[in-house]
Amino acid sequence: MALDMGVFCKSTLDGEVVEHCFSALFGLGHNADPSYLDWLMKAWGWTLAVAGLGLIIALVVGAVMGTLRTLPNTGRLSRVLVHLSTAWVELFRNIPVLVQVFLWYHVIPAFFLPLKALPSYWLVSIALGFFTSARIAEQVRAGIQSLPSGQRAAATALGLTTPQTYRYIILPMALRIVIPPLTSESMNVIKNSSVAFAVSVPELTLFAMQAQEETSHGVEIYLAVTGLYALSAFSVNRVMAAIEKRSRIPGFITASSDTSLAH
Amino acid sequence: MKMSKPALISSVAFALITTFTGTTAALAASATEDKMKSTGAVTMGVRESSIPMSYTTGDSRFDGYHVEICRMILNDVKAKLGMSTLRINYQPVTSQNRVPLVQNGTVDIECGTTTNNVNRAKDVSFANTLYVEEVRIAVKANSGINSISQLAGKKVATTTGTTSVQLLRKHEKANGVNFDEVYGKDHADSFLLLESGRADAFVMDGSILAGNIANSKNPKDYKIVGEVLSTEPIAIMVRKDDPEFLADVNAAIAKIAASGKLPALWNKWFLAPIPPKNIVVGLELSPATKNAWANPNNKPAEDYQQKK
Repeated sequence: MALDMGVFCKSTLDGEVVEHCFSALFGLGHNADPSYLDWLMKAWGWTLAVAGLGLIIALVVGAVMGTLRTLPNTGRLSRVLVHLSTAWVELFRNIPVLVQVFLWYHVIPAFFLPLKALPSYWLVSIALGFFTSARIAEQVRAGIQSLPSGQRAAATALGLTTPQTYRYIILPMALRIVIPPLTSESMNVIKNSSVAFAVSVPELTLFAMQAQEETSHGVEIYLAVTGLYALSAFSVNRVMAAIEKRSRIPGFITASSDTSLAH
Repeated sequence: MKMSKPALISSVAFALITTFTGTTAALAASATEDKMKSTGAVTMGVRESSIPMSYTTGDSRFDGYHVEICRMILNDVKAKLGMSTLRINYQPVTSQNRVPLVQNGTVDIECGTTTNNVNRAKDVSFANTLYVEEVRIAVKANSGINSISQLAGKKVATTTGTTSVQLLRKHEKANGVNFDEVYGKDHADSFLLLESGRADAFVMDGSILAGNIANSKNPKDYKIVGEVLSTEPIAIMVRKDDPEFLADVNAAIAKIAASGKLPALWNKWFLAPIPPKNIVVGLELSPATKNAWANPNNKPAEDYQQKK
């Protein structure tokens, strides 16, 4: 069986080859008679939208929750916040992501009616974002706790308040330390976004399942979809690598050969 | 991720396997029957939840209209081969993997709900049609929807990986209407979309709609309405390179039809309570199915569209 990539130039309506095949790339032409390439590009857009929104939610919530977990025991409020963030992490990392997606789509809107008005890709992004936020929170916590205790003590000695200590001393260091695991997590969001097919977001996985059924060209369809997932994840990887490089402080916490400078 | 990834991997793996083993050389007249003789077993492809055509009754047991007919067919083949016993192994298949599994020989005879169309007939062979499916619309009984024309701008559920998705798209194009499609990952999921109000209608094969309605909490809340959107022959699938086995299967089907057992089988699976929960599907015998019984053929779905 030879590969027949021409399948992407076929119309999704009658299976005939369309004339405007390559204008479909990146959704440039809004073709009235969409080809499978048009559909593939649209599906890719959905994957990126769901993953992008999920990633923003995950980074913001994850950074906040990870930070809260490391608060010093200075009073009732900080104890409540530590317990709250610990509960958050344990709740969202102990439930499989597909189950969480179903909960957000089918169960929670039954109790909180306003959520029913939200489009399904929002709900998936929230589910994906919260699931990933639990993992990011743990990485941020690991970053904060890897700092020598002298840093916090020095901040206290300078008379900085707890928020100031985090803002000026701890987080600038900790967030740089956790960029490598955050890179993996960001790439995971792209790949995990494939669960969105289960709640009818027309993204790449749904496209693959439907298009291979319609065209009987499963190999070509899955090759293209695999390529796009890999390309998306690798782009995230490169962006994160650039951020890592830009934010590096020479001689500090980075992969420096002179490790003694880090202490 | 926990569920979708294995499905993806298996689909890709099966696709790859078929790429490299596409031509299983037929050593003897019938490779399938040779295998049955040498191993004393046959593998029947079945569906998990296509009530009442082919479904599990729990405990890895499978039953249904097509499954029972397949058991009758295999009994005939067993007699022809002069075997005293023939063990039937049941292999659950999905919409995505059923064709590759038949192609690569994992499944000898698939007794599910596979539409016989020109595209698939390039990869597999279909036995004579015993059931003609009509694609219909299920709505909530109190919705007031009676026809597909009333669905413009409404949310319409259908299941990923089925021919109904393409059908809806064609209908939108042809009539200049716009549905808001929502895709369930399987039929139960699509029905849940209708049940929970996330969709106003569920467009799917009539038997699946009837089965899901019968299985729901309040079957009276739903009804099947409107015109027949598409007519598709559902057939038993066997390997392409084994015409002798196909001929034996068709001969057995002809024997069943001649014996007049088909109406009784229809009553048993579509009109009477069926295991395991003793629900009644309640789908009357359609003229199209009756016609297929009277004139044995394995015409693909494309021929049925032209007749209309």
